[in-house]
Amino acid sequence: MKAKPFAITLDVGSSLLNKTGSWRTERPVYLDRIPPCNNACPAGENIQHWLYLAEEGRYEDAWRQIMEDNPFPAVMGRVCYMPCEKACNRGQLDESVGINSVERFLGDQALMYQWKVEPAPDTGKKVMIVGSGPGGLSAAYHLRRFGHQVTIFEADAKPGGLIRYGIPKYRMPREKLNGEIRRIEEMGVEIRCNTRIDDILEARDQGGFDALVLALGAPSPRSATIPQEGEEVVVLNALDVLREVELEEPTAMRGHVVVQGGGNTAMDVARSAVRLGCPAVTVLVRRDRSDMTAHPMEIHEAIEEGIEIKPLRVIQKIDGKTLTLEKNLIGADSRPMATGELEIMEADVVVQAMGQVVEEELLSQLPGLEIREGVVMIDRHMMSGAVGVFCLGDMIPSARTVTVAIGQGKKTARNVDAWLAGTDYEAAPKHEVAGFEMLNTWYYTDAPRTVRPMLDLMRRQSGFAEVVGNLNEENAKFEARRCLSCGNCFECDNCYGICPDNAITKLGPGKRFEFKYDYCKGCGMCAAECPCGAIRMEPEEI
Amino acid sequence: MSFQQVKFYQTGTLTVGNRLLDEALRTVQATMDRSNSLDSGHRACQGCGEALGARYALDAAMRATNNQLIATNATGCLEVFTTPYPESAWRLPWMHSLFGNAPAVATGIAAAMRVKGREDVRVVAQGGDGGTTDIGFGCLSGMFERNDDVLYICYDNQAYMNTGVQRSSATPGAARTATTQPLGEEPGADFDKGKSLPLIAMAHDIPYVATASVDRLHDLEAKVEKAMSLHGARYIQVFVPCPLGWGSKPSDTIKVARLAVESGLWPLFEAEHGEVVSVTEIRRQVPISDYLKLQRRFAHVLRNEGQLARIQAIADANIRRFGLIKGREV
Repeated sequence: MKAKPFAITLDVGSSLLNKTGSWRTERPVYLDRIPPCNNACPAGENIQHWLYLAEEGRYEDAWRQIMEDNPFPAVMGRVCYMPCEKACNRGQLDESVGINSVERFLGDQALMYQWKVEPAPDTGKKVMIVGSGPGGLSAAYHLRRFGHQVTIFEADAKPGGLIRYGIPKYRMPREKLNGEIRRIEEMGVEIRCNTRIDDILEARDQGGFDALVLALGAPSPRSATIPQEGEEVVVLNALDVLREVELEEPTAMRGHVVVQGGGNTAMDVARSAVRLGCPAVTVLVRRDRSDMTAHPMEIHEAIEEGIEIKPLRVIQKIDGKTLTLEKNLIGADSRPMATGELEIMEADVVVQAMGQVVEEELLSQLPGLEIREGVVMIDRHMMSGAVGVFCLGDMIPSARTVTVAIGQGKKTARNVDAWLAGTDYEAAPKHEVAGFEMLNTWYYTDAPRTVRPMLDLMRRQSGFAEVVGNLNEENAKFEARRCLSCGNCFECDNCYGICPDNAITKLGPGKRFEFKYDYCKGCGMCAAECPCGAIRMEPEEI
Repeated sequence: MSFQQVKFYQTGTLTVGNRLLDEALRTVQATMDRSNSLDSGHRACQGCGEALGARYALDAAMRATNNQLIATNATGCLEVFTTPYPESAWRLPWMHSLFGNAPAVATGIAAAMRVKGREDVRVVAQGGDGGTTDIGFGCLSGMFERNDDVLYICYDNQAYMNTGVQRSSATPGAARTATTQPLGEEPGADFDKGKSLPLIAMAHDIPYVATASVDRLHDLEAKVEKAMSLHGARYIQVFVPCPLGWGSKPSDTIKVARLAVESGLWPLFEAEHGEVVSVTEIRRQVPISDYLKLQRRFAHVLRNEGQLARIQAIADANIRRFGLIKGREV
């Protein structure tokens, strides 16, 4: 034994012998919470993750992340009503992240560089889809990615459903829509246009299909028959009008156009009428302004374009060129009630945009399928009462937006895939939502002065779709970088740096961190100083 | 000061690291191979600001000197919780002698290195506020006056924590300590006592004096790096909250330090040869009550209008004197 110095009896040791982890009453744990944007997205996009990739300029990777959930980023970046941006926590700090504008940028990049998605190896299963609207196309895309053979039957001359025949060009340029549909076809999805199916089950059996997905939409207009004297006023249906606009056929819209309805379709018709040169456009809404189902942004832009919106009005009768309107009142149960008070308005055209219901005649052939209040009832696996018949989109109870239909397409595809394999699809449980109060926003800086004007300019541009150009590489990156990464570690190194006990191991780029519970005393500084709320203190079991 | 340009909207440079920043612009603490000069297993309380400040400062000094660094330590918490015989939490040559002589021991080591021709080996001395402003003050003033080639770092937690929270000459007015109880007309520590050692150090006309805080890592590391780029006597006083002595939550250590800076009570500045050359501006000014209410040592102040006004006046004076908010200089 080596002689020790005078009066020294112990060998020197490191403090590492002292496991201070035994002091702990609470332990920090890393977790992933679902960011509010992802939580709000009807298409189930992992928005935060694709923003994360876009932050580094990895645009193709970011686009591929969107394509995991949504085959239409260029469409979505134009027509989505952006529930994500409404939910964005950054909105409570300054302004929400321009998610939609980045998505549009990525979608357009993909079309420009012709990025492709490869299907999985062939499974040998064949799926028949009726209807090529956003829901049908989304289901087809996801089923094809699973490796199934997919054939879509479309009654119209071109695919796209209401994206094409319901959303005017000023909101959705057709070359972008065509590009994204073409990409799905190039994956091997067959779309048979001009093919109306009159006997659904026979078509399925003849074609040897293993599964059937119906995405028929709700094509039958809900209309109110208005007593009319004379033929001076033309009464039209909104979907017919929008179809004529799309096909560039002459429409009967002229003079003073009165649109009946408070939804997005009513706004589309009214705004199209303005673009067709109609000198006066009025929208009559049965409910109150605040109860209109149209997106606030659409209402705002419509008013900007000179459209008059009259809430709480119903057309009673048409006499010559004169409409008689009855005023409504909001009753105690917040439903509109007739007051009997009348007023008069001159008009040339009335367009009814009061919603649509499914085509019952076609569906009545399917045994077991139940239609209630104009829509088809489905179970939680998207299957109707008819065994093996899956339904989605506007034909089932839903919010009836393109984004919702795309999300249902994915969900349907997953369920069909499971059903073909003889199992049931079960979605993974959702994480808890990362609320604003879980963030430490001190660490998020304001923009440096050189960036702010660029962002402002860009935001103005993205607000007026198609009127002004897209984001460019630089400001798309900056906008993506405004993401707070709510609830998910973005490797800022804060926990690793501020631990007074050096009790965190940094595992390296992309691999995040690990607690050394042997030494962690449970002070909770890491959880308090985590900017994005990705650490939680949990009681220690003693 | 080597402040980096804020380049990214997301987190700028306020977090410890930032995956979007160049490797070279991230902090020492963000690197996987930081020296961890003060390692795990030390016996500091939960959420100890001093343990954190010491690792921040010494890791930065280690990088600046290419790991050729020797440290001395005055008696105090830092010495006691790191080196209970026979264990040591230090991962660099480290020496403790007495409460009051850390600057003198450091001077001796620097002289020995000079004699041995080891110009590459640098010396850091460290101590708490008690060992620095009271007990070791004579040795420290001598080290300054001789301009010995030592960086002295004071970890200021505003009282003698190791022995049970007694008042030091760095204890702020109104604070409760074991020896300044919140009793009588003027509860807590007296306002007209105590001293500012950074200003005294500046009066010695030494090459570099700075104040830092554990909540501002980039700022702190930049100051240590700057200090190590210079020779002669240098002094940095780091603000390190003490959950035990201040009665704050261990998880609030960084927050308490941040609010001290943001309220103006702890001005961050650098001085060269007795002249202030830069200040770190307040980012989002807060009233002093935001800072005080997190600490039980100031609990009585929140009910005492006179003391509140007096502390706010100190913060306001700092803001004017050092120009902590643009446009509010004297």
